[in-house]
Amino acid sequence: MDKQAEGENGMIDFLYFFINPALLKSTLVLSTPILFACLAGLFSERAGIVDIGLEGKLLLAAFGSAAFAAYTGNAWLGMFMGVFVSILFSMLHGFSAITLHGNQLISGVAVNFLAVGLTGFLGKAWFHQGGNTPALSGNSRFTAIDLPFAESIGKIPFIGAFYEDVLSGNAIWVYVALLCVPLTAFIVYKTRFGLRLLAVGEEPSAVDTAGISVPKLRYKALLISGILVGLGGVYLSNGMLAGFGPKMSAERGYMALAALIFAKWRPWQSLWSCMLFGYFAAFAIRYGSYDFPVIGRVPSQFMDALPYILTIIVLGGFIGKAIAPKAVGEPYSKEH
Amino acid sequence: MSVSIDLQQPGTPAVDIPESSRMIELRDISKSFGPVKANSGIDLIVERGKIHGIVGENGAGKSTLMSILYGFYSADRGSIEINGKKKNIKNPQDAIAAGIGMVHQHFMLVAPFSVLDNIILGEEKNFILKKTRENARAKINALAEEYEMQVDLDAITGELSVGLQQRVEILKALYREADLLILDEPTGVLTPSEADHLFRILDMLREQGKTIIIITHKLREIMAITDTVSIMRRGKMSPSIWTKDTNPKDLATLMVGRDVVLKVEKKKAKPEGEVLRVENLNVTNALGVQKLKNLSFTIRAGEVLGVAGVAGNGQTELLEILAGMMPAGSGQVLYFDEPLDISKRAKPDQRRKRGIGHIPEDRHRRGLVKPFKTWENTAFGYHNFPRYSKKYGFADQKFMREDATDKMERFDIRPRNINLPAANFSGGNQQKIVCAREIDQAPKLILIGQPTRGVDIGAIEFIHKEIIRMRDEGAAVLLISVELDEILSLSDRVIVLLDGAIVGEREADKTNVNDLGLLMAGIEEKEASNG
Repeated sequence: MDKQAEGENGMIDFLYFFINPALLKSTLVLSTPILFACLAGLFSERAGIVDIGLEGKLLLAAFGSAAFAAYTGNAWLGMFMGVFVSILFSMLHGFSAITLHGNQLISGVAVNFLAVGLTGFLGKAWFHQGGNTPALSGNSRFTAIDLPFAESIGKIPFIGAFYEDVLSGNAIWVYVALLCVPLTAFIVYKTRFGLRLLAVGEEPSAVDTAGISVPKLRYKALLISGILVGLGGVYLSNGMLAGFGPKMSAERGYMALAALIFAKWRPWQSLWSCMLFGYFAAFAIRYGSYDFPVIGRVPSQFMDALPYILTIIVLGGFIGKAIAPKAVGEPYSKEH
Repeated sequence: MSVSIDLQQPGTPAVDIPESSRMIELRDISKSFGPVKANSGIDLIVERGKIHGIVGENGAGKSTLMSILYGFYSADRGSIEINGKKKNIKNPQDAIAAGIGMVHQHFMLVAPFSVLDNIILGEEKNFILKKTRENARAKINALAEEYEMQVDLDAITGELSVGLQQRVEILKALYREADLLILDEPTGVLTPSEADHLFRILDMLREQGKTIIIITHKLREIMAITDTVSIMRRGKMSPSIWTKDTNPKDLATLMVGRDVVLKVEKKKAKPEGEVLRVENLNVTNALGVQKLKNLSFTIRAGEVLGVAGVAGNGQTELLEILAGMMPAGSGQVLYFDEPLDISKRAKPDQRRKRGIGHIPEDRHRRGLVKPFKTWENTAFGYHNFPRYSKKYGFADQKFMREDATDKMERFDIRPRNINLPAANFSGGNQQKIVCAREIDQAPKLILIGQPTRGVDIGAIEFIHKEIIRMRDEGAAVLLISVELDEILSLSDRVIVLLDGAIVGEREADKTNVNDLGLLMAGIEEKEASNG
């Protein structure tokens, strides 16, 4: 083998190190709950409601769905319970933020505190497994789905391999999350509801004087937000893993907010920025104890911290200037 | 002379409109906010196809009344009839359905939206926008054609000029097929030529049979455009009178409830030594646009130098450089023959220590800390001065309060409550707070920007008198204003700024509105340079 070919091989190995099916698949898996939460945040923040409670709702929905799936033995019933719990807390946040004109950060933080306390307390009281719910299996679990023709398409190089080894073989919620991206883009940019949603987050008084109820519109946005983040929680405890563990949301709700800022509150960009967070998390898991050339082994704690470091970089405004919806975080009242 | 709001001037007959041609009839409308009676027992009839003006000072209750008509607030009492039918207007949706459109003082537009999206917001017929947008485009273009209100429907609304944004608001109302158009202080933010264009549009709307209610405190506009007029004062409304039967002076008297001197009475100035000398001042902004070009002028003690010009021609930059808030590019400023720091190290409080007062253009952002109490606001900027300090650098809050009480009394600031946040005062009273603070330090030079913007007539008169009093006591006054009447009645000399350069200088008593207007517009520059 001549030198040039050797160099090319080295190049391919190098690329393979960063882009390989196993790494991409776990990127997809790890970014799914973040993507759900991020799109949830998009609906609520575009409507003018800051939702720092995404983190708590992820955890609550994860607990609700795993607990109820374990109790009923039915994954779908578990899903409904998870989403219901998430909507419930979304409405609670909405009642404080919209109806009572409360401070949105504070009620969001309250949701987060409640989530950790409630899930830990109820988990221990009900299941006596140190806060864990029983492992889900059989009908109580969402299993991986093979996409149609995965094997035959898989024979096409690159794209086929991507289809078979990365896209195919995930739980249903991964596909739902991916479908939610174009759906969100369509709703936000092409529909009457979307136009009003964008307007109410920028200039609620313009919406009010146009004869549309600001509170109703904001509650609707929070309802959608609650459903989406609820599905993220469902996937977390039933799909990505097979059971609930204490604090399993692991700050993904905050990462979602960082990803949302990075995406400048836009749907497609949300997909890419969530994938970036997922990629960092996957990279940390895959190469947590890997001997890198030259630098050697990187402490696994550092690798685990990668997504959080990315969060700090994004939130610190190192990546361009992100202009939030103008009215975000401000309660709306006519009596100015 | 004391005038009751219920009385009319002798010889001005009340308007009597037959029932069949009444577009709108308000009866006994009342509304209170807590203890404040914003509207009490208001009756108003407006004839179809006419323009009715409502004048009144800030806080007289005009905007509240119109917000009730538009369903933004609900009245505590009273009834509304439209075209002879009683209507219960609970929210803007009801008002829109009843054919009422409103252009608010602060525009109700979503800045990042296209003009098209702003117009259709709330009136989208289908869930999917595509069809609505297409239909709306055709309809709006037809409207724009009919009323000469061309505007690019795909432009980003927030990037349009204020005049164009207002046009979008009017189109919004017409798109909703409004028969009655309410305009709240429509010219407050417009340049004179934009205002003229607005009046032409309103004229055209009237010809098409639309009814218009215009709220303003500018009497000249009332005289120019309205058919009938009524006056509001302290929540009450006078009977309507024909505009042609009245005059600005009578209206002003009715507005404030006493005689108002529209022309400022002043003696001839006796200017003495030079206080400020500006030489070759230049500044370029962040976008690379040169905002001031080789500006040179002087002001002497005991004279008012007026700076006229359309807003945005360098006045703000000039004021902020002199006040130490913005660095200049090049040039020199001498104050009593000693240089003033105009670099980026310049500090406003250094200016104050040397006896330079500043009444900023934007009292909300620069002049006041709105959530703070009046007694704090009357000391801010001077709070480190010995008179407000005790030993060891502690603030003398007791004196600050006494001082504020005294200032509120002397400047007639209402309500007389030193603990009220500045935000809770009307525009005129807020401006008086700023003036009281700056004027009371007896500065040797005072920089004044737009002293009466958004201020009611009573306060304007007071502020004008104070400015002349300072001049007579020997202060040098730099007066920047977009109101030509104000410039002409207060100044001794006038310079005109256009594109950051001085395009003309006049003795105030040897010029007039037309002459300055031409200079401001850049017409007949040759004549200007000869003058």
